Amino acid sequence: MDLLVGQLFTGLSTGSILLLAALGLSLTFGQMGVVNMAHGEFIMAGCYTAYVVQQAVGDAGASLLIALPAGFLVGGAMGLVLETLLIRRLYHRPLDTLLVTFGVGLILQQAARDVFGAPAVNVSVPEALRGGVDLLGVTVPRTRLFIMALAVVAVTAVALVLRFTPAGRRIRAVVGNRDLAETAGISSRSVDAATFFIGSGLAGVAGVALTLIGSTSPTTGQSYLVDAFLVVVAGGLGRIKGAVVAAVALGALQAVFETYSTASLAKVGVFIVIVVFLQLRPQGLFTLRTRSLA
Amino acid sequence: MSPAPAARLPGQERPPMPRTFFSTRAGTWTGFAAAAVVLFGLAPLLLTGFRLGLLAQFLCYAIVAVGIGLAWGRGGMLTLGQGVFFGMGAYLMAMHLKMADAEFRNGPGAVPDFMELAGIRELPAYWAPFASPAFTIAMILVLPTAFAILLGLAVFKRRVKGAYFAILSQALAGAFAILLIGQQSLGGFNGLSRFRYFFGFTLADPVNQQMLYFIAAGVLLAVVAIALQLRRSRYGELLVAVRDAEERVRFLGYDAANVKVVAYAVAALFASVAGAVFVPIVGIISPASIGIVPSIMFILGVAIGGRASLVGPVVGALAVAWAQTALSEQFPSAWTYAQGLLFIAVIALLPGGIASVAGVAKRFQTKRTTVEAAA
Repeated sequence: MDLLVGQLFTGLSTGSILLLAALGLSLTFGQMGVVNMAHGEFIMAGCYTAYVVQQAVGDAGASLLIALPAGFLVGGAMGLVLETLLIRRLYHRPLDTLLVTFGVGLILQQAARDVFGAPAVNVSVPEALRGGVDLLGVTVPRTRLFIMALAVVAVTAVALVLRFTPAGRRIRAVVGNRDLAETAGISSRSVDAATFFIGSGLAGVAGVALTLIGSTSPTTGQSYLVDAFLVVVAGGLGRIKGAVVAAVALGALQAVFETYSTASLAKVGVFIVIVVFLQLRPQGLFTLRTRSLA
Repeated sequence: MSPAPAARLPGQERPPMPRTFFSTRAGTWTGFAAAAVVLFGLAPLLLTGFRLGLLAQFLCYAIVAVGIGLAWGRGGMLTLGQGVFFGMGAYLMAMHLKMADAEFRNGPGAVPDFMELAGIRELPAYWAPFASPAFTIAMILVLPTAFAILLGLAVFKRRVKGAYFAILSQALAGAFAILLIGQQSLGGFNGLSRFRYFFGFTLADPVNQQMLYFIAAGVLLAVVAIALQLRRSRYGELLVAVRDAEERVRFLGYDAANVKVVAYAVAALFASVAGAVFVPIVGIISPASIGIVPSIMFILGVAIGGRASLVGPVVGALAVAWAQTALSEQFPSAWTYAQGLLFIAVIALLPGGIASVAGVAKRFQTKRTTVEAAA
C-alpha cells in the first residue's frame, strides 16, 4: 500500500514538473506550431531569475513570491523579443524555426555561462516549504506539494484565460482558422505575440519552481526540453487537456519504470512507449479537429 | 525515352535546373577525379601526420553529412538523431577493437581491460561474437540500417512527420546516450578508448594512421557516389517529390512512407560507417559525442554548406569541424556564440546554404535589372 501510494505520488510529482515545463510549449508549439528549442533556456532564465532575486532580497520566502511573477515577465519578455525578431519571419518553415531557435538556445546558454559561471548555483528553499508532510503513510516533501499546486494553478489559469477572456477567444480563433480569424478583424500578429509571451512566461515560472528541487546550471533547461516536447507530442497539439494527461501519464510511467529498473532504462522505456503510442494515435491523445490535409 | 516535362502549378514556377558542366557525365568524372587527386595526392603530401589525422576525423563527419543531406535536404526529414547511428557504428567497431586487444594480451575469450577495472570478470555474452572481424563489419552495416528501417516504418507509416519526427529523433538520441551511460559493460560515461590494433595493424604506427586516412577518404568518395546515383535515379525524383508535396505523391499511388524509409535508412548506414571509421582514427568513443547536442551539430555543417546540394554538406561539415578545432580551444565562449549565430544566420537568411549563394546573387541581380528596366 505504502509502495503504491509512494509511487503514485512520485509519478504525480514528476508529472507536475513535466507539466510546468510543457505547459508553455503546448501554447507555442501546440497552438502556434512553432518549435521553440530555446524554451528550455527560458526555463533556465526563470531559474536564474529566482537566484538573482534571492541574492537581492535575501529572505527566501519573500524572494520566492517576487520571483514567480518576475520569472514570468523575464521569460515572457525573452519570448516576445524572439518572436518579433526571428520566429515571425519563419512561420511557414517550422523545421527551420527549430534550428534557428536551437541557435538562440546555444547563445543563451553560453551567455548564462559567461554571466553566472558554469558551476551550478543554489537557491535556498523558504522555511515554510522545508521538510515533509505525512500523507496516507508516506512522507511527502513540501516543495513537491508546492510544485504540484503551482502546476494546478498554472493550468487552471491558462484554461480560464483561453476559455473566458476576449484575448483567449482570439487565440482560439487564430488556432482554429488563421485566415478566417483575420477576416473577422483579429490581428493574428498581435495574437501570436501574446500567445508567445504567455507561453514563454510560463517557462519562466517553471524555472522558478524548479529551483526548489534542484540546483541551477546553464544546461538546466535543456534537460527538461526533450521530455516537455514529448509530452506535447503525446498529448496532441493544441490541447491543454492533452498536455495534462500526457504529463501525468509520462511521469507515472517514468516512476514505475524507475522502480523496476534503472533511471537510464526508464528513459528508453518511455521513448518506446511513446513511439508505440503514436502507432495507435498518430495525432496524440486529444486532437483538434481540423479539415486541413496536413 | 525521356520523361514528360512535369506540369507546373501556378505559383510554383521554378526555372529549370541549369545544366552545368558538372551535371554532365564527363563533368561528374572530372569532379570525382579532382576530389581524388586532392584527397589521395595533395593532402598526404602537404599535411603533417597530425593534421592528416584531424582531416581524417573531419572526413568522418562529412560522411555523416552526406547522409543528412539525403534525408533532410532531399527528403525533408530533419533527423536530429544521427548521433545514434554514428554511435552504433562507433561502439560496434570499438567493441571489436577492445576484443582484439584483450585477445592479443591474454588469449581468446579474455576480458577487455576497462572491464577488469570496473570489476567485471566474466565477458558479457553479447561481446563474444565481436572477436570476429567479419561479424563486426556485418553488424556495422546491418544493425543500424535495420533499426532505422524499423523505426522509419513505425514513424512514417503512421504519417508522423515534420516537427514531430524531428522531436522524436532527438528524443531517441537523448535516450540512446543515457542508455549507454548506464551500461558499465560498454564503458559507461567514459565510453571505450585506448585501442592498440586495427585488424592486426598497430594504431601507433604513422603508416597505419595514414592508411586510416585513406580509408576515410575512400569511404567518403564512395558515399558521395552512392548519394549522386540516388539523386539522379527515379527514386531521387520521387524523394524530392515527397519532400515538396507528400499528399500529391500519395494520390498518384506511391507509398510515400517507403520512399522516406529508404532515405532514412541510407543516411543511418552512412552515419554508422562513419562512426566505425571514426573510432580507430580518434581512439575514443563516449556517450558525450553522440547525444542530443552532437547530433544537432551534425546538422550545422549541412545547413551551412547547402542541405539540398551534393557537395555542400561535405564542404560545410569540413568547414565547421575545422573551425571548431581551430577556435574552440582558444576561444571556447566565442565559438559557442559563433555556432549559435551561424545557425540563426544561415537558416533564417540563407536556407540554401553556401551552395545557393550564386543563385541568390543572380536572382538579386535580375530583380534589380528588371526594376531598372521598368523604371
